[in-house]
Amino acid sequence: MSAVLSCQQLSVSLSLNQQRYEVIHQLDLCLQKGKTFAIVGESGCGKSMTALALNQLLPEVGAYYRESIVEFDGHNLLELSEVEMQSIRGKRIAMIFQEPMTALNPVLTIGQQLTETLKKHKNDKGSTLKAAALDLLQAVGIPEPKQRFNEYPHQLSGGMKQRVVIAIAIALRPDVLIADEPTTALDVTIQAQILELLQQLQQDTGMAILLISHDLGVVSQMADDVAVMYAGQFVETGSVENIIQSPKHPYTQQLLAAVPSLDLQHQALSMISGNVPSLTEAKAPCPFAPRCQSAWQTCYDNRPMLKVIEPQHQVACHLYSKQARTQQPMTNDEPLRSPTSTKKNEVALRVQDLYCHFPIKKGLLQHTIATVKAVDGVSLTLYKGKTLALVGESGCGKTSLGKTISLLQQPTAGDIYLDEEVVFSLKHTHDLSLLRQQLQMIFQDPFSSLNPRMMVAQLLSEGLTARGLYKNKDERNAFLIELLDMVGLPQDILQRYPHEFSGGQRQRLSVARALAVNPKIIICDEPTSALDLSVQAKILNLLKALQAKHDLAYLFITHDISVVSYMADEIAVMYLGRIVEQGTVTEILNTPKHPYTIALLKAVPIIGKQQTKVLALHGEQPSPVNQPKGCHFASRCAKAMPQCREQYPQQSQLSDSHKVHCFLYSTH
Amino acid sequence: MLNYLVRRFFYAIPVLLGVNIITFLLFFAVNTPDDMARAHLGQKHVTQAAVDNWKSIHGYDLPMFYNADKTGMESLTQSLFVQKSLSLLTFDFGISDSGRNIGYDIRHRMMPSLAIAVPVLLVGLLINISFALLIVFFRNTYIEFGGVVFCIVLMSISSLFYIISGQYVIAKVLKWVPISGYHSGFEAIKFLILPVIIGVISGIGMGTRWYRTLFLEEYHKDYVRTARAKGLSEQVVLFRHILKNAMIPILTGVVVIIPSLFLGSLLLESFFGIPGLGSYTIDAISRQDFAIVRSMVFLGTVLYIIGLIFTDISYTLVDPRVRLE
Repeated sequence: MSAVLSCQQLSVSLSLNQQRYEVIHQLDLCLQKGKTFAIVGESGCGKSMTALALNQLLPEVGAYYRESIVEFDGHNLLELSEVEMQSIRGKRIAMIFQEPMTALNPVLTIGQQLTETLKKHKNDKGSTLKAAALDLLQAVGIPEPKQRFNEYPHQLSGGMKQRVVIAIAIALRPDVLIADEPTTALDVTIQAQILELLQQLQQDTGMAILLISHDLGVVSQMADDVAVMYAGQFVETGSVENIIQSPKHPYTQQLLAAVPSLDLQHQALSMISGNVPSLTEAKAPCPFAPRCQSAWQTCYDNRPMLKVIEPQHQVACHLYSKQARTQQPMTNDEPLRSPTSTKKNEVALRVQDLYCHFPIKKGLLQHTIATVKAVDGVSLTLYKGKTLALVGESGCGKTSLGKTISLLQQPTAGDIYLDEEVVFSLKHTHDLSLLRQQLQMIFQDPFSSLNPRMMVAQLLSEGLTARGLYKNKDERNAFLIELLDMVGLPQDILQRYPHEFSGGQRQRLSVARALAVNPKIIICDEPTSALDLSVQAKILNLLKALQAKHDLAYLFITHDISVVSYMADEIAVMYLGRIVEQGTVTEILNTPKHPYTIALLKAVPIIGKQQTKVLALHGEQPSPVNQPKGCHFASRCAKAMPQCREQYPQQSQLSDSHKVHCFLYSTH
Repeated sequence: MLNYLVRRFFYAIPVLLGVNIITFLLFFAVNTPDDMARAHLGQKHVTQAAVDNWKSIHGYDLPMFYNADKTGMESLTQSLFVQKSLSLLTFDFGISDSGRNIGYDIRHRMMPSLAIAVPVLLVGLLINISFALLIVFFRNTYIEFGGVVFCIVLMSISSLFYIISGQYVIAKVLKWVPISGYHSGFEAIKFLILPVIIGVISGIGMGTRWYRTLFLEEYHKDYVRTARAKGLSEQVVLFRHILKNAMIPILTGVVVIIPSLFLGSLLLESFFGIPGLGSYTIDAISRQDFAIVRSMVFLGTVLYIIGLIFTDISYTLVDPRVRLE
């Protein structure tokens, strides 16, 4: 084992408003040749800043502390000049970033951006340059590299763009690859492809990878060593087995316990009280102490240092110091909640053969040249007090289905029934007010789904005004306070604006807004995907508690299988506008039948389980315009048969609840 | 692309017609031909006979839209709207209230206007972009601070000050160029150089600050971070990556005003006695010659529509993400 890059006592500060704030505190880390070192933690913990700091790419307001050392190839990188760094960056230490959509320059072609790196560091010219670039595109699995070479980033999908970013990074066979959340913006199936690509490249070139991620599943699959980062410092480091199997720091323990899963369905998720301290906040010597259930006075007096507690395992926590008082091991003393209502299935909402097609118009006369089949014949039933989860890759029509059911988007055909009463069909026009009151939505991004110019009171009472409820001012105020109580927000915030709240609090506001008109059904469109793990746990717990209390029916739209397994009673898997498989949560997760469902579930990295290296799903979801004849999954399906390309399979009933559209299971 | 341009051309027709009708109503309903006659003849002691006489000489004695005295098509064409307003659509500007052919005047005054406006635009663009790049390259230094302060100072001073002090120092005291006037051919240069320099200077503050904002906005984008992580030098990042992206809003902002350059500059032309369309408009306004003002309003609309079409085309040239359909 040989260290390629290491840093000692790396500390970084940012200056804001003439004040200096420490963002990274005395990090020691060591990247080994051919190994992956992962940093995990919630957002705002300094993970990305660490990545930038190693490469001298700090923002202009950033500064290193004097004792910091980044050792690479016998030099302290921090002592090198900018020009010397430029010959190392991109050549010996390369980076890939989180958001492939914006990481590439939109006005330069893929080829220009790729050859730029080669030109800078290798002085290749002309045809050799282009040949080298095409080889690289080939190596990262981009089909038709010759054609892609001259295309612009916007002509590529997100997964392909990330492959281009990787191609640029590995162009000069760097010794170190820093990957900052490389798959966070991608679908699980694409994520699986990218992670496999990184592993394969690592095997081929022996580069060291520094992987930065908030996803414990990805980390446990990829990493050899892990560091858990909190408020700018490593609180626990060690081999991936030690960290995942026997976490010692309370933060690591609670972070792992906050991951939703099927086994936890009938209990509340572990919650970490409070939030990650902001940059400008004064921190306790142990920065986690204010949120820690095991904290005692020492934690507020002395800073815990990283101590070896077993081979390949270090932890910075006073619980493991010699002077530690006899301390009870951490227990999750949250009261376990009773299982969800066991009432008989009462239908809340039924959707029959719903279609939503968008015509694409072109030319002088705006004639329709194609149709986007966003929702293509979907039938669903939501039951009172139950959750139906809708899963699928981005672009499969999940969000469109949610919008169509709530009639925010006009269906092309189909019927919607509420309590067995038709509220929508094409033949009749119906009064929408019933649906508008009984069905509410919670949206993905709490930062943009609340009007920034409206106060909390206005946000919450808008629905009441529209429905003509609580016209008396005092009654309304009392009700709003009750609402805030219900979602766990303080009562005195009615006169405040959304920007004053954190992401989790804003999502609570969104929940309160949805609840205001006392709905029976809530469509949750990726309600936690913009949130950190510990915040997600709080919102999921809240949603479950509210469901039990008010007998709410949820349509839970998400791409996150662990959230689904925790929340759902039933799962519907959607692919290109159609539901390909539907069943109870155990049926779908334990005995998936449709090849797509199987592939989708296989692509999800699971904590503490090495993934089968076989790539489950090739290629990407085709465009919903001009879908192929027959089964629309046939083009990616490993088990496709001739008849799959001829006609769409009928629904096969595998059990009372388990339904699948696939010829493999058709009885005819 | 061609399809798109044809469609845009057809869209322009109702827009022009609408502008034509609205300007006609504004000019003739608010300010009736009688009012125009009185304004020209003097406010007091004007007999109705004198008013009618002025109207018939200048062709304002027709009814607004419908002429009941005529039959057939003539009942429509022999009206003020068709004769005075609709005719503009065929670029027939008619005769001004002072009896000159407006079309002839416009053709002859275009060149002097362009002779000032084009150099001001091009030199200004070059100076503003270079200056903004300089400020951005030296950001977080005293050069940036000084540059921004300098821009704000330039912006805060009225362009009238530049004109008058320029004329005083350069032309009157130093006698390097004539104070005002114009000459055709190459002789024109000595008359044009001072107004061009003053036009450029008065635009530096605003232009540089605007371009600096555009560059800084690009500076914080993710692709810049990617470019730095490749090991590219600051110069390459600035000139190859940032400049190319920032040129999109800069170019399209410039292209839209290019056709309007024909209309000239109101202030510069009036102060330096350049016989362009800017001074022509100012003179017409002060003489209350509404025939000319109407023609210039219409011409401005046409040029602006052309400018917008040019903008759309220029987008497709500089931004690969835009395709016109």
